[in-house]
Amino acid sequence: MTTLPQSTEKKLGLVIDLDTCVGCHACVVSCKGWNTENYGAPLSDQDPYGKEPSGTFLNRVHSYEVQPDEGHAALVHFPKSCLHCEDAPCVTVCPTGASYKRVEDGIVLVNESDCIGCGLCAWACPYGARELDAEEKVMKKCTLCVDRIYNENLPEVDRVPACVRTCPAGARHFGDFADPDSNVSILTAERGGMDLMPEQGTKPVNKYLPPRERDRSEDVDILAPFLDPIAAEPQGFMGWLDKALTAMPGGR
Amino acid sequence: MHPAPSVIIFSTLSGIGFGLLAWLGFGYPAVTGWTAFAFFAIAYLLAVGGLIASTTHLGHPERALKAFSQWRSSWLSREGVCAVAALLIMALYGAGLVFFGTRWGFLGVIGALLSLGTVFTTAMIYTQLKTVPRWNHFTTPAMFMGYCVSGGALLANQWAEAFWLLLLTAIIQVIVWWRGDTALAQSGTNLATATGLGTMGGVRPFEPPHTGTNYLLREFAFQVGRDHAFKLRILAMVLAFAIPLLVILLPGAGHFMALIAVISHIVGVFASRWLFFAEAEHVVGLYYGKRTV
Ligand code: SF4
Ligand code: SF4
Ligand code: SF4
Repeated sequence: MTTLPQSTEKKLGLVIDLDTCVGCHACVVSCKGWNTENYGAPLSDQDPYGKEPSGTFLNRVHSYEVQPDEGHAALVHFPKSCLHCEDAPCVTVCPTGASYKRVEDGIVLVNESDCIGCGLCAWACPYGARELDAEEKVMKKCTLCVDRIYNENLPEVDRVPACVRTCPAGARHFGDFADPDSNVSILTAERGGMDLMPEQGTKPVNKYLPPRERDRSEDVDILAPFLDPIAAEPQGFMGWLDKALTAMPGGR
Repeated sequence: MHPAPSVIIFSTLSGIGFGLLAWLGFGYPAVTGWTAFAFFAIAYLLAVGGLIASTTHLGHPERALKAFSQWRSSWLSREGVCAVAALLIMALYGAGLVFFGTRWGFLGVIGALLSLGTVFTTAMIYTQLKTVPRWNHFTTPAMFMGYCVSGGALLANQWAEAFWLLLLTAIIQVIVWWRGDTALAQSGTNLATATGLGTMGGVRPFEPPHTGTNYLLREFAFQVGRDHAFKLRILAMVLAFAIPLLVILLPGAGHFMALIAVISHIVGVFASRWLFFAEAEHVVGLYYGKRTV
């Protein structure tokens, strides 16, 4: 059914920390690695070693430059995968019922054997989270690693999404947003987790933590007061030298 | 959006084909026998030809039957249901006219409404998309319906009606372009809201996720030059409206001139439909720095 559930028991999703992401693309690689050989059709590449490589990815990392009114520009790395929206427009447009949102945990999935590859769900997603695989001709998207998080064949530490498990900076967190005491709920509350394109009305489950304000050097350097110049105006020999040099042609 | 030929051919030909079916369903022109057969043959060639073209853009056309199942939520599914229902009912109605020389008026009206419904549901597939602000407006279905009934009138030889409907559609088309050009800027979606970083300062793309291209760029990042688009708009106006209107006004225009008017109109609609897709800005392009607002 491509009508959306009224509410879901759990709201599983990710918190992505734009402050700590270092832009290494490790999550991109681990996501592709896990998902090309597990749930559903593989993620194909076209011309991978040729002139025009291209392929299917469920998670991509952009980088943006932000220039504040004052001070230096900041570089923000920006991982983007499906946000498992509560009001997922990609689900309701699907003519076949292949796209659905699970009642039990809110994960948005594609039943690939029902997908006709019309592409309409990718048109409906504002975030570019769905890609039609050029080889298999079915719609691929982030599964929230549904085949890891409940997988009892994996050691418990691995029962999180591949991208979360792999991130060396701890910039991706997985949990249940329906539980106000979960790690992701607490992080979102404490760090002002935000929605992407809230005006699109998709109510994304995934939240993004904005970069924290940069520390200013005067705030951190406890030795700074001791390093202040002792005399603003040079005196004695140095004072004489300063005057003599200034008096010379081209001196100031 | 990528102007895929399959979708452009489909929406142009089917739009006009279902338009003709609607006129025939309402009994204009009141034809029977072989003349009716000719009219129905043209309408079915256009409507069905378009539908077949549309299936070529599916990844798995062999599963197309599944697309009839989600009519409760999906406009694409509703379109499929409407199209098949319209074609079946109009076939029955047409058989009455051609083989029995009788007009089953009730059937005709239902078939006509379903034909109009098919074009309306097609338009709603695009209109519903908030991700494409240019389409997300009631003028989109107004334009599709305008092209459907005016093109249909032209084919159905209802020249007096065609004249006014063409004029009306031309006005709607201009409004659609005029409103559309600022739709993305008006929508409030931009790189600042897309990244949520707007509160920090001005946001600018620094590095794309990959050096190569991808599905999203191929499908959504198509851009057409302003000059190029303007020329095509003029061409569409001349071919789709000006020439057919002139032919209608021409005293004593015969079958040949009528054919010219119809062909000119169809080519004009193709140009307009190409622009409908090529000029549509999908908000995902923002992430790739493809939209300058
Ligand atoms: S991010 Fe896109 S694909 Fe994922 S649920 Fe939201 S609309 Fe659907
Ligand atoms: S591409 Fe597949 S999943 Fe997406 S709307 Fe079409 S049938 Fe549904
Ligand atoms: S949750 Fe799994 S599928 Fe989704 S982006 Fe992370 S690794 Fe990829």
